[in-house]
Amino acid sequence: MGLPPEIILEAVLNGLLTGAVYGLVALGLTLVYGVLHIINFAHGALLTMAMYAAYVAWASLGVDPYVAALPLAALFFGIGYLVQRLVIGPASRGKDENILLVTLGLSIIIENLMLAVFRSDTRSIDVPYAMDVIEAGPTLLSYPRVIGFVATIAVGVALYVLMRFTMTGKAIRAVAKERTGAALVGIDVAHVYAVTFGIGTACLAIAAAMLLPSFYVSPRVGNAFVLVAFTIVVLGGMGSVVGALVGGLVIGVVESLSGLFLGESLGQIGIFLIFILVLLVRPTGLFGARA
Amino acid sequence: MTPRDLVPIIAFGVVVVAAALLVTSNVALNFLVFTMIIALAAQGWNLLGGYGGQFSFGHAAFFGTGAYLTAILQLRFGMGAYPAFAAGIAGAALVGLAIGALAFRSGLKGSYFALVTLAFAEVFRVLANAAEITGGAAGILIRLEVNPANFQFADRGTFLMVAGSLVTLALLATLALERSRLGAQLVAVRENEAAAQALGVDVLAVKLRAITLSAGMTGAAGGLYAQYFLYLDANIAYGTWISVEALLAPIVGGAGTVFGPVLGAVILHGLAEATKSVAGRIPGIDLVVFGIVLILVVRFPPRDIPGLLRRWRR
Repeated sequence: MGLPPEIILEAVLNGLLTGAVYGLVALGLTLVYGVLHIINFAHGALLTMAMYAAYVAWASLGVDPYVAALPLAALFFGIGYLVQRLVIGPASRGKDENILLVTLGLSIIIENLMLAVFRSDTRSIDVPYAMDVIEAGPTLLSYPRVIGFVATIAVGVALYVLMRFTMTGKAIRAVAKERTGAALVGIDVAHVYAVTFGIGTACLAIAAAMLLPSFYVSPRVGNAFVLVAFTIVVLGGMGSVVGALVGGLVIGVVESLSGLFLGESLGQIGIFLIFILVLLVRPTGLFGARA
Repeated sequence: MTPRDLVPIIAFGVVVVAAALLVTSNVALNFLVFTMIIALAAQGWNLLGGYGGQFSFGHAAFFGTGAYLTAILQLRFGMGAYPAFAAGIAGAALVGLAIGALAFRSGLKGSYFALVTLAFAEVFRVLANAAEITGGAAGILIRLEVNPANFQFADRGTFLMVAGSLVTLALLATLALERSRLGAQLVAVRENEAAAQALGVDVLAVKLRAITLSAGMTGAAGGLYAQYFLYLDANIAYGTWISVEALLAPIVGGAGTVFGPVLGAVILHGLAEATKSVAGRIPGIDLVVFGIVLILVVRFPPRDIPGLLRRWRR
């Protein structure tokens, strides 16, 4: 391939930046898996919902997505909390295949509600900085993606602090390790589950706000991201937070490079193949403990 | 299998044939044919998911393979419609065997199996959307030449008869499987894989047979779809919609039962039509209902309903 090294370098860097936001999406997924031991098939639909929320904040209220990020995170924490507490928890009654079906049902409902309300048109917002670039040596980096990268790091640090140094974090870790034991020492497991689900959903809201300036929104947009997020989570190891962030970066670069060499439409194939391969060869991922 | 077991299946066949002869409204016939196609795809899912407990989220991979092979072999290789349809079923079964060999050999189950099947279906969708032989994003049209020899019929009633007969065959095959050794082993694997293995069931072989049969049956639904609508694109053939439909109908109607998928398909599409007539043409509203029904069915399993009612009456 006779591509000049600057172009490849730029593709790698932009891949890393996009990958960070992918990592943010995957973070919510892996957190929920690590604590609740469920694969949340509604993750993509919740991301779509968050992107529409950020879109509405911009289109009707004129709020910049970067400003809306934190209020949206709070809102989606509440939504996630209630969804787990009122729908997933009671409906699945602790059975694995029930959770699979309930979260699938949720994703169908959310996705099609978005379709009913916003129709199938793709929408995007027109912020003045969408096309801005930052010069880094010989390469040009997209401004929204740099912001997304920084936000991901910030969320990662905030989550680390939360999990390590707060009572809530301690309770979450306790439930993740030993559900029955945690319940015996007086931790409200259903509450901790819902809080964890809420945090995972809040991560999505921030990711949505970071994605909106450079991506369009449509009722099915979440699917594209969530398959990527599944890949990342599987690659990084289900339940591993570090794995999600590193996996995100890896996948971002793979997507960017395969897009460069194979073209846009086949670029996704690289990701799916990695996904399938990791599932088949090492389902516990690179950072996950042996099941 | 006693003659008594066959009565409901024969009754079903008679009802479909009667409907094909009596119903004249094209809208109603369309609805019935489509429901039959879904029922067939769902019956395929039921063999693996219902009896075997292996939940696939990617039966579109089989549906699409059956559909595309049926279309492509006719258009690009001049094959007759029926041989192409048969080859579509065989091709789908092979794809099922291949995916099963990869996934089950690696010991994937539960959510992981669901994920990997989903990913395979997506790979097929992206490939079909980009490849030339499938017509790419523009899709593929089967030439309209109405002639029973081409698997194309002048009126929808005839097609309903054909689709209904295929569903009847699928019901018979499912009943035969249920009563067979393989069926018993499959249920044993679903209920307790370790125990089944300890009793000498070759778990891998059982799962592989199940996914092959399952994929072939769902592939037949795909071929039927191609012949009825005469048009395919990647988002139809390999779209998530059919993976969801194939899974939803058995879950709603009763997974691991002979009539569950048919019952579920009729209930769901009846509900969808009812919703559309109440809510008007709001896109997606019928699927919202599907999602709600799915969650309700999981929350309140139909087999528990008599018990719930009894408790409520007390």
